Amino acid sequence: MTTQAPVVDMTDISISFPGVKALDRVNFRMFPGEVHSLMGENGAGKSTMIKALTGVYPIDSGSILLDGKPLLITGPAQAQEAGISTVYQEVHLLTNLSVAENIMLGREPRRGAAIDWRAMRARATEILDGLNLDIDPASQLGTHSLAVQQLVAIARAIDVQAKVLILDEPTSSLDVDEVSELFRVIRSLKESGVAILFVSHFLEQVYEISDRLTVLRNGQLVGEYLTDEILRIELVHKMIGKDIAVLSDLDRKERAPISEESEEAPFVQAIGLGRTGSIAPVDLSVYEGEVVGLAGLLGSGRTELARLLSGADRPDRGELSIGGRPRRLRTPRMALKARIAYSSENRRSEGIIEDLTVRDNIVLALQADRGWFRRIPKKRQDELAASYIQALNIRPPDPDAIVKNLSGGNQQKVLLARWLAVAPRLLILDEPTRGIDVGAKAEIQKLVADLAENGMSVVFISAELEEVLRLSHRIVVMRDREKVADIVNDDVTVGQVMTLIASGAES
Amino acid sequence: MSIRTIDKPTARPGFVRPRGRFNLGSRYTPVLVTLILLIAMWGVGATRYRGFLSVQMLLNLLIDNSFLLVLVVGMTFVILTGGIDLSVGSVVALSTMIAAFLLRAGWPPLVVIAIVLVVGSTLGMLVGLVIHYFEIQPFIATLAAMFLARGLCYVISLNSISITDPFFVDMAQTRIPLGPGLAITPSVIIAVIVVAIAFFVLHYTRTGRTVYGIGNGGQSAMLMGLPVARTRVLVYVISGFCSALGGVLFTFYTLSGYSLTAVGMELDAIAAVVIGGTLLTGGSGFILGSVLGVLVLGIIQTIISFEGTLSSWWTKIVIGALLLVFIVLQRLLTTLRR
Ligand SMILES: Nc1ncnc2c1ncn2[C@@H]1O[C@H](COP(=O)(O)OP(=O)(O)OP(=O)(O)O)[C@@H](O)[C@H]1O
Ligand SMILES: [Mg+2]
Repeated sequence: MTTQAPVVDMTDISISFPGVKALDRVNFRMFPGEVHSLMGENGAGKSTMIKALTGVYPIDSGSILLDGKPLLITGPAQAQEAGISTVYQEVHLLTNLSVAENIMLGREPRRGAAIDWRAMRARATEILDGLNLDIDPASQLGTHSLAVQQLVAIARAIDVQAKVLILDEPTSSLDVDEVSELFRVIRSLKESGVAILFVSHFLEQVYEISDRLTVLRNGQLVGEYLTDEILRIELVHKMIGKDIAVLSDLDRKERAPISEESEEAPFVQAIGLGRTGSIAPVDLSVYEGEVVGLAGLLGSGRTELARLLSGADRPDRGELSIGGRPRRLRTPRMALKARIAYSSENRRSEGIIEDLTVRDNIVLALQADRGWFRRIPKKRQDELAASYIQALNIRPPDPDAIVKNLSGGNQQKVLLARWLAVAPRLLILDEPTRGIDVGAKAEIQKLVADLAENGMSVVFISAELEEVLRLSHRIVVMRDREKVADIVNDDVTVGQVMTLIASGAES
Repeated sequence: MSIRTIDKPTARPGFVRPRGRFNLGSRYTPVLVTLILLIAMWGVGATRYRGFLSVQMLLNLLIDNSFLLVLVVGMTFVILTGGIDLSVGSVVALSTMIAAFLLRAGWPPLVVIAIVLVVGSTLGMLVGLVIHYFEIQPFIATLAAMFLARGLCYVISLNSISITDPFFVDMAQTRIPLGPGLAITPSVIIAVIVVAIAFFVLHYTRTGRTVYGIGNGGQSAMLMGLPVARTRVLVYVISGFCSALGGVLFTFYTLSGYSLTAVGMELDAIAAVVIGGTLLTGGSGFILGSVLGVLVLGIIQTIISFEGTLSSWWTKIVIGALLLVFIVLQRLLTTLRR
């Protein structure tokens, strides 16, 4: 499709970490005006490849050419100067500074020696407008949701007039609207000749935006393909090295609505539960063994509702009863005592403990629940860790691995394992499959469905509507921080839910 | 307009207002609390003691604490990055010793001051390099520097050396009139200039914003391509420089050099920074807060000296209690924001 010379030409790249060969003689090239997707399972080496290109990790062997010349850099700052602009997988921004600073720092407008704050905010607003994002550039970044933070990171990267733009899972917490906004921007950058590297576990997105694909498996190159010339099924096969059957298994499995036929009281019932400035009063009931999906756009109040149910935020109105008795959950710990567990969308700041091992992270909540003076016996810890490593296919399968050294998707699996290990009666999952590859995602969905079958209640939040529809018995639609619909999931289509989300009409 | 609404009926909920969980305004709350405390203490003093209400009393606060003001500037930079500098007091002592020793040997005063400043900055740079490149805890690295500087004092002399150099004596005795019956010392002017420069650097330069960025923790600042290495070393250079300058101002105040002087002064500086609302974990705080912190410490001392019957140890006790209150307060503010 192109006869031009590549802008980026990486050959024979190898990188090893203690005990892991993350990349083994991999080739990768990027052409101007082309979107090139890097594909592979969790832990395949995608992010490592990117960090090799941006100078975060030194390469053990191989060569990197930029515009035909060897790229000699020692860190992200020089990569930026050389025209490589990057959005890393986890949002790497400064939550204590303003949105404007996060977009502009490094090339901030100045008047004399001083930062010109007014010009900086004005420029930031312009860039945010380009992404159709209406937030106050002077507000502190940490006050925004993860999705907004992800958009801010993207805004930062696209503002530089870069030759090469790298986006490592930029869409993992965005929903449809934001994704199409992003794709619009990507297309216009492409037109102007920028070479774009895109990583996503959403195949639809990959097929929609990319021209070329490179597949990695276990740190090795499988091959480079033109998107038009490879079928999805082939691609998945190349990524995981075998066919997946589980996916279809679950598809539209009969899900009887539980709430209607149930005689019992719901396990959790919220009446007018709300919090000023966060979410309007909501009625919600979740029965035993029921999966309730929360659907809605970014900022519609899904996470806020989850936080109220789990004691992460305190409601200031309404009532909550658990197992038929009124309860007040003031802390996540109290929620845990009431057998309610909450897995946060923000795994980096509210989830995993980066410096602990996989085993410690998995048993953490269970240990907290038992109390710190009753240590879980070492043997039991090992068993737990081993069983979840196997069940969720955590890689490397080493309970002693330090979590920060795991790939993003594998970190997410560890977080999930922690809450599953508690065996709660209500499990609140906020974007549990964020950044998780196709195969593992199907496994996780199956696991959640099985647990519900065995009587666990689940509140399930995901930006991916298909996933919500596939799992839920009932769907609660949120909009503008209000509940706008509560529908039984019988033959509901994505389109119908989308309409509800958009118009908020009662069903 | 109405067409747009139909076009895009959802109007992007939630983008207009951030979640209610955090409150932007509360970034300034600790500083405001300190300010209120300062005013309250001044008010209490004014009702109890005659002469407390005078403007000169406030100016004396600045005069007596000008060296501490300079020290907290350096300390604020360091703490904003999430570090700590324990060597401050020792470097002050070393500076007084070098100054007194060289002056006694007949060196010209301006050269002496320059040497002192260079020594302090160099020591700070060494500490910074060790902290950044060998990934040593700032606590440990600066503790080592603290012992080193104190040790060097003893190498110079075990006894107090008094200063008779006319320039230094002048600096100690000059009063710059500000109006009828009001005056300040040159040291106050120096301190104010240092604070102003620090304010500018922290709020109007990339270096300053990087200081805050480093304090946010993690790899983010590095991955954003900000000059992390340079800045992290720089804050210790700044702290070393400020310690040395503080030492010079201290000699203007005491007109002597003594190995055992300024023991524990780093803790006063840290206390002032914390009372001024800067988080010890880094990334949040203001230089003007630290200035208020110094004034709070100063006013406690003044009240206790006005009281007359109380021993000066009460100063320490009150400061200790206040520190505790402030740390608890910050904790509360951060959890209340949830
Ligand atoms: N700093 C590190 N230290 C040790 N091992 C590491 C480090 N970084 C990555 N690895 C390992 O290298 C391998 C590749 O990780 P990488 O992050 O590149 O995966 P990925 O393809 O981006 O996966 P994901 O889709 O989950 O993001 C993994 O096995 C991971 O555990
Ligand atoms: Mg990755």
